[in-house]
Amino acid sequence: MQFLLAVEGAVAQGLLWSILALGSYLTFRLLNFTDMTVDGSFTTGACVTAVCIANGIPPALALLVSLVAGSFAGAITGFLHNKLEIPEVLAGILTQISLYSINLRIMGRANQQLLQYDTIFKQLKNLLAGIGLELSSDRVAILIGLVFVTIVIVVLYWFFGTEIGSIIRATGNNEAMVRALGQNTQNTKFIALIIANSCIALAGSLVGMYQGAADVGMGAGAIVIGLASIVIGEVILRRVIAFGSKMVAVVIGSIIYRIIVALVLQLGLSTNDLKLITAIIVALALFLPNAVSKHNAKKARELAARENSDA
Amino acid sequence: MLKIENLTKTFDPGTVNEKKVINRLNLQISAGDFITVIGGNGAGKSTMLNLICGVYPADGGKIILAGNEIQDMPEYKRAKDFGRVFQDPLMGTAANMQLAENLALAFRRGKRRGLSWGILEEERELYRKRLATFGLGLEDRLNDKIGLLSGGQRQAVTLLMATLKTPKLLLLDEHTAALDPNTAEIVLNLTDQIISEQNLTALMVTHNMQAAIDHGNRLIMMDKGNIIYDVRGPEKQKLKVEDLLRLFQELSVGGSVSDSMLG
Ligand SMILES: Nc1ncnc2c1ncn2[C@@H]1O[C@H](COP(=O)(O)OP(=O)(O)OP(=O)(O)O)[C@@H](O)[C@H]1O
Ligand SMILES: [Mg+2]
Repeated sequence: MQFLLAVEGAVAQGLLWSILALGSYLTFRLLNFTDMTVDGSFTTGACVTAVCIANGIPPALALLVSLVAGSFAGAITGFLHNKLEIPEVLAGILTQISLYSINLRIMGRANQQLLQYDTIFKQLKNLLAGIGLELSSDRVAILIGLVFVTIVIVVLYWFFGTEIGSIIRATGNNEAMVRALGQNTQNTKFIALIIANSCIALAGSLVGMYQGAADVGMGAGAIVIGLASIVIGEVILRRVIAFGSKMVAVVIGSIIYRIIVALVLQLGLSTNDLKLITAIIVALALFLPNAVSKHNAKKARELAARENSDA
Repeated sequence: MLKIENLTKTFDPGTVNEKKVINRLNLQISAGDFITVIGGNGAGKSTMLNLICGVYPADGGKIILAGNEIQDMPEYKRAKDFGRVFQDPLMGTAANMQLAENLALAFRRGKRRGLSWGILEEERELYRKRLATFGLGLEDRLNDKIGLLSGGQRQAVTLLMATLKTPKLLLLDEHTAALDPNTAEIVLNLTDQIISEQNLTALMVTHNMQAAIDHGNRLIMMDKGNIIYDVRGPEKQKLKVEDLLRLFQELSVGGSVSDSMLG
């Protein structure tokens, strides 16, 4: 029973964090751009939401404001990379570091509690209770997570099917070709970074409201969690190729990651060990497919050798 | 149609690697010209093509396309007028995208891209028809990822991409060099077919002397960043490979006929 409850919490967290993973998927996989902005823009999302809510702005509006704040974070990385010609990894790290100070400025302190305020989670919970449907906080979070994940996937699916979206996907494949087809690759990268970091800040906003607090340190390691979700999804759903299914795979990866974490915590490890465990999961998930294909290649060679000696 | 005046390009100026690759080059291309370009390795053929479409800026000189100076325009702005096929079959296409998607990207070359759908249903029909004329069976593979196609098939697709929206000038840089002789022949014939059907103006770099003689209406030979020989019409048709080799020996600086001439 204890564990089932933990799984519910894990699914809720997995869904909310999967929006961050989807944002990372856009830059890391579609655009082929190693965007290190993530840790900063995620925190920005949570901080902006916390400040908005603490100042009486409706939670739904706070979500939107956070999303716009995240788009600025992406724009800064894009500017540093495109206009100042700073290498992509460093451009992201610079934005991430500066966001630490900016987030502190936004909140005016390192931590903002939200327990005494309304969030969309509390609002929905009360709304449902009003019509006689008493749900646990985790189940409400699962509902909200499902709604937002669906919206994000549908919007991204639509956008990356449009002319602009298609040329962004092509940029991740072959920049020289995109320029030869008359498109400024600086613009395509800029747009992708903005969209990705908007998603990531949206995730930060949701996670902050769910946890009932925003903290300037809450984004540390978020990028690795996003990567963990992506690679777990890819390992488990290895055969999917369509863009929509790949996004669903990322979401499933995010949920599985959270279930693994819940399991590990049940086994008695502390939350302080999580970063190490996450790194190990990513390393394993990246190593396993290679190991499997090497193993298969070896099998194929052995088979060929046997057939040769038989002949 | 296209006029190049005193074009100059030096790579890595001011360093030990300084190399003057294009040296006050002049060339006038008339509408409808199909020019084959030959010359030894490092003669500056690819650099000339890259300067025309703006992959990197020229150091000096003018490039005038249909009356407009374009030498200072960024590559992506010039792209609406140029169709390009590269030597490397991987360079012209997006491997992870479908064949139809690649064509749709090219169909919108130089056009402002908006939020309308990236590929329309009626386009597929057009692509299917155009691919069918190639006789390579590609019309049945519209939904396949380009990465699954062979090098020759990819070059054929790139050729269609370069000409789907009629370019003012088609630039082909050894686009059959990476293919086996049979496939190279097929792609070369396709090239002829497309150029004559659409009445295109084209520059085709090749190391295959016979192909340079057999195709097009004009031939130029490059050496050390300049054009050392320019021939057209019946005089070109009469040329033999031996003539070209002899001419190269006579005209090139240093004058040793190289294997590089033959690729
Ligand atoms: N981006 C670059 N930076 C520095 N040097 C370059 C660059 N591109 C070309 N070069 C040099 O310029 C010279 C001409 O190169 P180019 O590619 O134009 O020759 P080419 O005539 O196309 O030869 P090939 O037949 O081998 O393709 C070569 O010496 C090459 O090393
Ligand atoms: Mg070349």
